[in-house]
Amino acid sequence: MISVLTPLPVLLPLLGAACALLVGRHPRVQRTLSILVLSAVLTVSVALLLLADHSGAEAVSLGGWPVPLGIVLVVDRLSALMLVVAATVGLGVLVFAVGQGSADGDEETPLSIFHPTFLVLMAGVANAFLAGDLFNLYVGFEILLTASYVLLTLGGSAPRIRAGITYVVVSLLSSLIFLAAIALVYAATGTVNMAQLADRLADLPDGTQLLLQSMLLIAFSIKAAIFPLSAWLPDSYPTAPAPVTAVFAGLLTKVGVYSIIRTQTLLFPGGALDGVLMWAALATMVIGILGAVAQTDLRRILSFTLVSHIGYMVFGIALATTAGLAGAIFYVVHHIAIQTTLFLVAGLVERQGGSTAVDRLGGLAKASPLLAVLFFVPAMNLAGIPPFSGFIGKLGLLEAGVADGGWLPLTLVAGGAVTSLLTLVAVSRVWSRAFWRPPAQSPVADSSRAAAADAGPELTPEPIGAVASGNGHADGDGAEVPDGGALPTRATAAGGVATRAAARRAAWARHTAVATATLPAEDGLGEGRRPGRPLRPLPRVMVSTTAVMVALTVALTGVAGWLYGVADRAAADLVDRRPYVESVFPGGEVP
Amino acid sequence: MTPTIVLPVIIGGLYAAGVYLLLDRSLTRVLLGFLLLGNATNVLLLSSGGPAGLPPIIGIAEPEDMSDPLPQALILTAIVITFGIAAFVLALIYRSWRLVRQEVVGVDEEDRRVAAREGMDADELDPDDLAPEDRPAAHADSLHGGGLENDFAAEAALARRYAGIASDDVDLPPTQRRTR
Repeated sequence: MISVLTPLPVLLPLLGAACALLVGRHPRVQRTLSILVLSAVLTVSVALLLLADHSGAEAVSLGGWPVPLGIVLVVDRLSALMLVVAATVGLGVLVFAVGQGSADGDEETPLSIFHPTFLVLMAGVANAFLAGDLFNLYVGFEILLTASYVLLTLGGSAPRIRAGITYVVVSLLSSLIFLAAIALVYAATGTVNMAQLADRLADLPDGTQLLLQSMLLIAFSIKAAIFPLSAWLPDSYPTAPAPVTAVFAGLLTKVGVYSIIRTQTLLFPGGALDGVLMWAALATMVIGILGAVAQTDLRRILSFTLVSHIGYMVFGIALATTAGLAGAIFYVVHHIAIQTTLFLVAGLVERQGGSTAVDRLGGLAKASPLLAVLFFVPAMNLAGIPPFSGFIGKLGLLEAGVADGGWLPLTLVAGGAVTSLLTLVAVSRVWSRAFWRPPAQSPVADSSRAAAADAGPELTPEPIGAVASGNGHADGDGAEVPDGGALPTRATAAGGVATRAAARRAAWARHTAVATATLPAEDGLGEGRRPGRPLRPLPRVMVSTTAVMVALTVALTGVAGWLYGVADRAAADLVDRRPYVESVFPGGEVP
Repeated sequence: MTPTIVLPVIIGGLYAAGVYLLLDRSLTRVLLGFLLLGNATNVLLLSSGGPAGLPPIIGIAEPEDMSDPLPQALILTAIVITFGIAAFVLALIYRSWRLVRQEVVGVDEEDRRVAAREGMDADELDPDDLAPEDRPAAHADSLHGGGLENDFAAEAALARRYAGIASDDVDLPPTQRRTR
């Protein structure tokens, strides 16, 4: 049964992508097809998880080649659990994107490209989770990265190209380091099969082992955005379309975390670099969250919390105990769901408020109470407020750290608690500014006509040379700016001083509002709202998808007992290593 | 069997040149650096297969005398991936050139903005900290009295200081909407 199902999470999206490309001219067919494919993947993944949890790990050798030669896909509890979560958020994001696409009329995200690329991305993620040898893991990474390059630069606007170039170059570098590490591993052991490596790597000299382990860890750490190697993430993620950022934030970094788990448990269980990882985890948590507190743009805040909370998972991995790994696995599941949901909510906020800059937003709680709830619940979940899964995950990790008892784990426990509090500070600042305070001036009101109305009818016209320079760039519609042909003459000041003062006050208020606005709208650098696109009510599909995702993150609390049980058993398998090796080589005879 | 020195030297040279180019700001050089690094890694993969031997598969050699075919298969895969991504990066560079007439690694403006911020956001500014003429409007808890008188004082100060210069924010343009 498992042998039939295992290749499907990779195969279905790839075939689906091909079909989606073929039917690119029929958006409706394409949407239905993509959603059907991902639903099928989700069903298969759930079945795999239930089977793997029931009967343990199993390996499938593709193409009928004998095991160390052919490509092996391995399903154990960890990879099946990751598959389920990935397919769930993938499906949620896809439905959200469909809602956004039908609301926007494809103006920002050309959907005929989006759907196939998204499916390829999901195939790459599934391949990385299932890969049983290092080179197949590399290929999985390349599939998902290539798809992500396309998704990140979708539409090809200047800010996306700028962000995309940073992302592409950094990802390429990490891929090259990974490939070089594979070459060295092969030179040292003569195999790239992970189960075989688990047997052979231990025989190598310590120095060689350390070199290979650190090269693999560096490559994966770049992908997982662990502190000294995390600077690329907040630069590149926020500019992409909302669904793309959501799926990137949820899945891509976690593939790196998954690979680190495999490296640290299956390939190099000696724990030679655990101390280094601990320090990296502490730095990731604290520096990441300090970045989040300093930012004023919602998406960037979320990007920094994403970096910061990777530190929790690395902490659990570095503990290298069953409890620590179980906490890390649970936290990965929680964090994929919560970070994706929050980025989807950020997309809704941008739609409702016209911006994600917290300085410019205001009064969202009054404007859209539903949106406020949709933001508040996952935000509290992210910060780790008790009834939610964030609290359970953090508690599990902190308990594992305390149980370890060394001074370094205890320092990390303290760092984790501080990070949790600072997360609360960061998200509550967003809450109080964007949602709670009275509405800021909406950008739509800032047109030259409104400014002229402020100035009052008594005011005499001035020549064009005195036109306020600050108003032009934020105009709602540029057609109102008078051209040279309609130059009025300077007349004597007819209005009284009081009228002028009132007019000047109003003009000042507008002037400061424009001058302190954080988003240069038209110069192609900022993310200014598109002129001429009025604020519309939130599309129902997007809201309901986000609501379902929020409900899922809340439901994580309800199934936390079962989920933590699976995570526990997965962690026990990882520490034991034998289930994985025996699934590939039945009987445990490693050639 | 004597180990060859040629491959390690080539690998080292390619890596050095690749890293040097990758650190440049010009995107074309970054791409060239990436290509060199990719080739260096491919040669590294090739040399990981051990000493060269007779061709495998075609059946003219005993298995002991053959080259290891696996690294070559890996290199083929890696070459295809590198090729595809290089084409994509070229397209990115071209697009960047079309859009902003430059092909260098861009600056993240939001980063600069946050770094340059002086500890406060616009909505945290206390009007009392500003010079009178910079205060946008009177507000209830102003230390300076506030109200219309204060505004008049600011107006007068502005008028004195900038006598002869057309004001830029008051005398707004005519309000008729242009007919189209």
